[in-house]
Amino acid sequence: MNKVFKFPIMISTVLSVITGVALADTKIGMITTLSGGGAGLGVDVRDGFMLAINQSGRSDIEVIIEDDQRKPDVAVKLADKMIQSDKVDILTGIIWSNLAMAVVPSVTAQGKFYLSPNAGPSALAGKGCHENYFNVAWQNDNLYEAAGAYANSAGVGNSFVLAPNYPAGKDAIVGYKRTFKGDIAGELYTKLGQTDYAAEIAQIRASGAENVFFFLPGGMGISFLKQYAASGVDIPLTGPAFSFDQGILQAVGAAALGVVNTSQWNKDLDNSANKSFVKSFQEAYGRLPSLYASQGFDTANLVISALEKADVNNAGAFRDALRAADFESTRGDFSFASNQHPIQSIYARQVIQEGDVFTNKVLSMVLENHSNAYVDDCKM
Amino acid sequence: MSLVLIAEQILNGLQFGIMLFLMSAGLTLIFGVMGLINLAHGSLYMIGAFMAAAVASATGSFILALFAALSAAALAGAIVEMMIIRKLYNRDHLDQVLATFALILIFSEGTRWFFGSFPLYLDIPAYLQGAVTLPGGIQYPLYRITLIVFGLIIGAGLGLLITKTRIGVQIRAGENDREMVSALGVNISKLYTFVFALGAALAGLAGALVGAIQSVEVGMGEPVLILAFVVIVIGGIGSVKGALIGSILVGLTDTLGGIFLPKLFGLFMDLATATNVGSSIASMSIYILMSIVLVWRPTGLFGQKI
Amino acid sequence: MIKERHLNTFVLGLLILIPIWAYLNDEPFIITLMTRAVIFAIAAVGLNLALGIGGFISFGHAAFFGLGGYVMGILAWHSQSYVTLIEWPILFEGTKSMPLIWIITIVLSALLAAIIGMISLKTTGVYFIMITLAFAQMMYYFSTSWSAYGGEDGLSIYMRNSFPGLNTLDPIQFFIICFIILFIVLFFMGRLIKSPFGLALNASRQSRQRVEAVGFDFHKLQLTAFILSGAVTGLAGALFADLNRFVSPSMFSWQLSGEFIVFIIIGGVGRLFGPVIGALIFVWLEHSIGGISDYWHIFLGLILLAIVLFGKGGIIGLVCREDAQNE
Repeated sequence: MNKVFKFPIMISTVLSVITGVALADTKIGMITTLSGGGAGLGVDVRDGFMLAINQSGRSDIEVIIEDDQRKPDVAVKLADKMIQSDKVDILTGIIWSNLAMAVVPSVTAQGKFYLSPNAGPSALAGKGCHENYFNVAWQNDNLYEAAGAYANSAGVGNSFVLAPNYPAGKDAIVGYKRTFKGDIAGELYTKLGQTDYAAEIAQIRASGAENVFFFLPGGMGISFLKQYAASGVDIPLTGPAFSFDQGILQAVGAAALGVVNTSQWNKDLDNSANKSFVKSFQEAYGRLPSLYASQGFDTANLVISALEKADVNNAGAFRDALRAADFESTRGDFSFASNQHPIQSIYARQVIQEGDVFTNKVLSMVLENHSNAYVDDCKM
Repeated sequence: MSLVLIAEQILNGLQFGIMLFLMSAGLTLIFGVMGLINLAHGSLYMIGAFMAAAVASATGSFILALFAALSAAALAGAIVEMMIIRKLYNRDHLDQVLATFALILIFSEGTRWFFGSFPLYLDIPAYLQGAVTLPGGIQYPLYRITLIVFGLIIGAGLGLLITKTRIGVQIRAGENDREMVSALGVNISKLYTFVFALGAALAGLAGALVGAIQSVEVGMGEPVLILAFVVIVIGGIGSVKGALIGSILVGLTDTLGGIFLPKLFGLFMDLATATNVGSSIASMSIYILMSIVLVWRPTGLFGQKI
Repeated sequence: MIKERHLNTFVLGLLILIPIWAYLNDEPFIITLMTRAVIFAIAAVGLNLALGIGGFISFGHAAFFGLGGYVMGILAWHSQSYVTLIEWPILFEGTKSMPLIWIITIVLSALLAAIIGMISLKTTGVYFIMITLAFAQMMYYFSTSWSAYGGEDGLSIYMRNSFPGLNTLDPIQFFIICFIILFIVLFFMGRLIKSPFGLALNASRQSRQRVEAVGFDFHKLQLTAFILSGAVTGLAGALFADLNRFVSPSMFSWQLSGEFIVFIIIGGVGRLFGPVIGALIFVWLEHSIGGISDYWHIFLGLILLAIVLFGKGGIIGLVCREDAQNE
């Protein structure tokens, strides 16, 4: 049994040494969710990332991809493996904030760079910020702040707010309230993973609010949208893009039509990088990209742009190169705030139907060159 | 908080309970008759939902989709029973736990391999959409009312099956004394396959019906599985009546708790703390209910005295 | 056909040799993997006392595992952020000392086990399984909504806790700590099983009436076993949180409770080293077949099925082919 255990390890050690010497100058470790219910997001991030890597034509970048199964302890184990065994230079990929909180602090403390293509918890933007941690997507509150701003611009006087009873859900409500100037007609916290929203919908109906702001990611959002559409309540819904991304929309269908949601990216953003991204993603994978795919794509391009300027082993120079963000983002203008989170514009977009496919169309720019609320807390 | 709203919330709790009943009825039968802890019941629910989604988008007919869900789940159940479960009847509960736990892994990832990683689309048919006005002025979705009626019909049908048919007699006898039934010449293995397939069909049907208003995705069965276990434990293992009462209790507790507990705490706490405490306790409420029932009646409300 | 004693020694040997090999070959990740296996083994050894010997299947042992994790997490977090934990009756600012954390963990886990045990042990069979599950679920939902300690995001502990005289961040040193704890726990369990208490517990699994006829208090036996079992699993939880430098509600998940049961069944129910073998195999499988395909769960499921269908009595039963020594 001793031999059985050791053999595969010896082989992989030998292989990684050989490949390390011959091919890869830069090793990137991607830890993302590739199995189970939330796998769609991880698959999108991975596909977007790899598309950019392949398009760059560089042969000196090696990407090691592992599945975290959405479990924090598995993510920690994989991060340990990638740093200790695979000797990666950069880590990326985590979708969920709770996994990010488990992995990022120790990764950055060990001197490795972490570039987040999705999760942007406030703890890592404020007090827990670190010079090795970059977020290429958004700070979690951004999309909620945009929803609040949109409600103001649409003249909404009071809102009903709804989110699950866990930190990301509470953050969503806090973010919305930060910008929204009207009254709160009702505030409900649901159970994480809850599937039946009849009771909450009844409360919404009885509240007489002018609109509803909700944050219910993944399957929770799908259930809520379907049930809301069937309930006959006609109070308009708004929310962040997390319940209206390309993957989820196909499952929700007509129930989501007309809903306004906020996002930093949409497939019809008018810049050349985005146009070619959407086209090449469809050609490569046979489906429309989601915002997660665009985030993965941008993260990879950020790394590539930094590699053009500096070697990853020269941490100071590489960090400066990252900070410069000298790449063509699918979102158009992109730069980093002092806490290394994006300064970008956020849009209100609406769910429409194009033929057989449900997708989004940009309505207006809601926040221009928007930073985040935790810049001052970050003492970098 | 108007009376109409309270009435509507009670109706919601009832309807949630009925949906749970569909899941739990099959589970309690399987456990009662065969003594089998079936962790894979949630996977059968998921298979039903996926089949319904696939058939609905291929044919456009909801009825066909329901049939497909039922049959696929029953077939899957029968195959699993004959190939794997059959070997476990004389084994420890533990071996059953491990085997059905392994089945969850195989089914979940197998479904993802076959259908992809993104949730599937399944919607209620056009003729069941929209809301109706009930006496008292309550606006209630037509589909949910259909579910309640459907669930009650199935409950009645099961009750008839168990009390008035030959198979029903065998099922009840098998719950009481397995060896005796076998000694009396009943083909036990056929009976078991039938019961397992029946339970699976119920789960698959539940998956399809519920999938139309929720999300059809991998792993959708496990949360419902836990709830179903809570229901059958409260109701008493092997008792369909217990499953019905248990599921309504759980449905009401969960729904009403989630809405009214925060308000209750809001009477003597500030809003933020009340929401926090209330929501937390609401999410634990059904487990608290189950513990209370078990302390009072260690074998559930209608369970057999050991 | 190997004697169980020899198999046990062999497994202990593996647990010592593999990390040494990894240390000499600069493979710190293998050491981390082995540490993970050892900690899971401790958790499952705790469960085995209740499940294997006592015969009551707890589907909620993650409650103790998670409690241990949170005890460690809360104490360490208060210490690292210099926030006072309790002001009365004594000023306590948390601690990062492992031995102190372990003592507190054992006491609190035992207390929780006493409470859960007193309520749950009134039931039997599947009702017991469900009520233990219920308690673990309650702790899960409670911790998810308790924002003071991170809720679902959990708590990150940046530096590993300290043990006098050792550098605990060094993988091999932390492994040695965990291994010694496993060894002590196994030694203690081994003696316990052969003691009058252990024999009575084993007998109570088979026949309640006979045990009572001989004069034992059935309930006291079960409750004591449950408390000991919970305390051991709780200790494992504290170690796990230290390994990952992170604790979150996922440590309360029912899937984890299920995995502990799976370790025991793979290794051999009621066998002293059953949980150890099971944890080792599971961790190794998870690591090695994870790379085969995106759908590796299918292969894991098939392997587990094969073990259950063809390996009656677990690995030990297969290899040793003799009944458990306390049968």
